[in-house]
Amino acid sequence: MTVLYGKGVSRGTAWGRLHFLERDTQVQTKREAGDPEMEVARFDRARQEAIAQLAQLNVESKAKLGEKQSLLFEIHQMMLEDLDYRESVTGMIRGEKVNAEYAVDQTAAQFSEMFTQMDDSYMKERASDVLDISRRVIRLLTGQEDTSLTGDEPAIIAAEDLVPSETARLDREKVLAFITAMGSANSHTAIFARTMGIPAVVALGDKLLEEYDGKEVFVDGDSGEVYVEPDEETASRLKDRREAEKEHQHYMEQFRGRKAVTPEGRHIQVCANIGSPADLEAALAGDADGVGLFRSEFLYLGRDSFPAEEDQYQAYRKVAEAMKGRTVVIRTLDIGADKQAEYFHLPQEENPAMGMRAIRICLTRPEVFCTQLRALYRASAHGKLAVMFPMITSVDEVRRIKLLCAQVREELQAAGEPFDEHMELGIMVETPAAAVISDLLAQEVDFFSIGTNDLTQYTLAVDRQNAAIESFCDRHHEAVIRLIRTTVKNAHAAGIWVGICGELAADTALTETFMEIGVDELSMTPGNILEVKAKILDR
Amino acid sequence: MKQFQYVIKDPNGLHARPAGLLVQQAQKYESRIELSRDGKSASLKRLFAVMGMNVKCGETVEVVAEGPDEEAAIQTLEAFFRENF
Repeated sequence: MTVLYGKGVSRGTAWGRLHFLERDTQVQTKREAGDPEMEVARFDRARQEAIAQLAQLNVESKAKLGEKQSLLFEIHQMMLEDLDYRESVTGMIRGEKVNAEYAVDQTAAQFSEMFTQMDDSYMKERASDVLDISRRVIRLLTGQEDTSLTGDEPAIIAAEDLVPSETARLDREKVLAFITAMGSANSHTAIFARTMGIPAVVALGDKLLEEYDGKEVFVDGDSGEVYVEPDEETASRLKDRREAEKEHQHYMEQFRGRKAVTPEGRHIQVCANIGSPADLEAALAGDADGVGLFRSEFLYLGRDSFPAEEDQYQAYRKVAEAMKGRTVVIRTLDIGADKQAEYFHLPQEENPAMGMRAIRICLTRPEVFCTQLRALYRASAHGKLAVMFPMITSVDEVRRIKLLCAQVREELQAAGEPFDEHMELGIMVETPAAAVISDLLAQEVDFFSIGTNDLTQYTLAVDRQNAAIESFCDRHHEAVIRLIRTTVKNAHAAGIWVGICGELAADTALTETFMEIGVDELSMTPGNILEVKAKILDR
Repeated sequence: MKQFQYVIKDPNGLHARPAGLLVQQAQKYESRIELSRDGKSASLKRLFAVMGMNVKCGETVEVVAEGPDEEAAIQTLEAFFRENF
């Protein structure tokens, strides 16, 4: 038995056989081409077939994964049509009298190197696009079948890393879990696994050996552990763990559908934090009373241009409708220089956590902000939406925001477009400034949502990601609790409601404290909702 | 020879997908079509070349067409720029 340690990026456990995906990054050997024109023809045929495959993938992935992923395939098609790319290959075939595979491989290396050398971070990313399309052409030239990557039996998929063109070829019914050598919590593999609701462990490094292919494996997407051929003792322990999990689930179920009412008779809304419409299923399955935080970044990340108003509107509308009258609080874009959105062209900063991010970007680039606001207002006609603004530090910011909102409402009214005139506008209280002047801010908005993650960081002056100072980061620090208390007190004095949407909302060690402080809403990952309802109701 | 200048309004500048559509448009014409910015230029019919120019919002570009259908090309491309960038 071997135990591998990686990063658990999608929760759940899975048992099964490991299936390693073939890596076609073998360097192509240079062979002399007897007839260069024939090689050129071979290349062109493979190139055109690749384009046809991409067109097909484009259609399929639009349906399965959404517009964002399929845009990638369109770009790939265009790259294969490009004359510079083609001439590089055919020029090499004719000039050096070499085989098509080698010429494509060399061209790929050259072009991707060119992109890697560019000083624009967006352009650097295009290097992997060139490699992906070239591999596809080489696979066609070498006759490797382009069928589904999965076998007949459900299996746990292992790979160095997964790119969109590979996950698009997987038969979802046959995938039990993902484990990869590379990757991070935000890599494509992680996001894909979470969307599919299956366990995934990434960053296993070079410990993930190809010889494990075919072996029995247990994957724990929470702890990040992977057991290869667990011995009897471990196997029975893991089976016990799964049993305990099932029992706990059973206990939780009795709270499903119930309102979390305190002994004093106050109803606390227990809601879901979601990152995209794909998470809706999990939110509803988790018994959410509503959505307390709908992160809108998914619309802006992993693409190369700003999302259109129409696309945004459709996404917000989808969630509004799916929640059938239950409140959905959407947070406006919360991007910073540390997130992957090169097309924003955010300057490199010494201190991205305290830099040009979130509402600061929105107020500096009102055209981007207004597009989002318009989409939100339009979507408000389809359900019960509320909007909240991140990283607020002053009353002035809120007033500027409200002016822009009024402008958008006027425009929509003039155009005869329906929207909810009473859509609540709230702010995230996640900076010490906001908490300290929460009495003034409460006069300006309809609600607060306390972002305890950032609030803790800024208040304790501790970077949560920094393992070296973990001991200095007391997540239950009295300073944070006091700020929460003050915020709730000020909110209620002004007659507005307060929720908590940071990690602490799901922290059952604090549930009683929050009940006592008088928090009106707790919003968390769907999987934790029943747990918190149980804590509130089970006395 | 026909030409026009244009100031990019799109916050994304001239990136991948819109650049691809632009290149597709340019390829419909026989004329030689060049895109230039600050003295540097590239053929508007070549995707990698156009992407490589990394044209940003606020920058002024010049499109020059030379050939039998230069008139039509410039008209279409100018309209395309206005509509998409």
